[in-house]
Amino acid sequence: MGLFQRIRLSSMLRKIFGKKQAKIGIYGPPNVGKTTLANRIVQDWTGEIMGGVSEVPHETRTAMWKKDVVIQNGNSSLKIDIVDTPGIATKIDYKDFMNLHGMDKNESKERAKEATEGVIESIRWLEDVDGVLLVMDSTRDPFTQVNVTILGNLEARNLPVLVAANKIDMEDSSPATLKAAFPQHPVVPISALNGYNADDLYSKMIDHFKKTKRKRR
Amino acid sequence: MGKKTNKKRNDNQSIQVNLVSKQKLEQLTSKDKLKFIIDEVKLGNVLVLEHGLTAFEQTELIKRTMEEIKEDTFIGIEMEGYSEEKPTIVQKIFRMIKKPRMTLIGPADLLQTVSKDNDMIQTKIISGKG
Repeated sequence: MGLFQRIRLSSMLRKIFGKKQAKIGIYGPPNVGKTTLANRIVQDWTGEIMGGVSEVPHETRTAMWKKDVVIQNGNSSLKIDIVDTPGIATKIDYKDFMNLHGMDKNESKERAKEATEGVIESIRWLEDVDGVLLVMDSTRDPFTQVNVTILGNLEARNLPVLVAANKIDMEDSSPATLKAAFPQHPVVPISALNGYNADDLYSKMIDHFKKTKRKRR
Repeated sequence: MGKKTNKKRNDNQSIQVNLVSKQKLEQLTSKDKLKFIIDEVKLGNVLVLEHGLTAFEQTELIKRTMEEIKEDTFIGIEMEGYSEEKPTIVQKIFRMIKKPRMTLIGPADLLQTVSKDNDMIQTKIISGKG
């Protein structure tokens, strides 16, 4: 997109919505690759890294925000703020960090406490985002209550949702299962880890979020 | 609805499953409904709600659950249900509230989901927890 077109689009958005760009939240249960995806997007378009990743659940325990990320695809572009949110769960047991991930008791209790606060923060952010990239693990059963609850909430708010079927680099990945489970939403298979199919994700993000209206606050 | 207990669950008690009627739920405000659910689940009871929670109530329940988690006594909830029914065209036009469906809620250290698809939710009570 040329400089003149970009200025014109930006000016149109400001005129219509009073704001420059939409805030897109990256949501999902713990350990589905939300921060890996946030890092992939931010690194591809700004060269920076958003946050640390780990195989231990609830690595991201406070929301991280990267402003003014411009995604481009051919002649189209999209300028957004990205909010990487902590994983949403219905249960958090500090003993899981000890038994499954070898953390000591105090560290586990602290992580569990921060994780509960992270879930609350993620839910609060739902009030403030204009669109959502819902990340799901394509190697796992998609019909989890967390997925269903988040989707139901976003549908009730009338927010645009793009489902990222992550981890397609894994052997047992089945993005088709996710597509069949949530036919009402666009589903993009992706590997946030190695970037496979990232171009398709960016193209879909531009199509899907371009008309997203920034909330007036 | 099953008989309520005010006793805290201990390892020798059997598991109480309460079927909560649509009428009972409709009498409660969202806030009272969530308080009722959390209180029951903290007592160790499993609830089957005839009329499920709306998407906003479900999210609020998760939030409230996180606020209530206590290290060794309450680790959260297991909740399974189906999405709200698809609205009809008339409901869409008049912005009528969609009806949520049946929902199962219980303590996370007790109730475990085995599988779930469009037609069936299978759960089990974790052995030795009751």
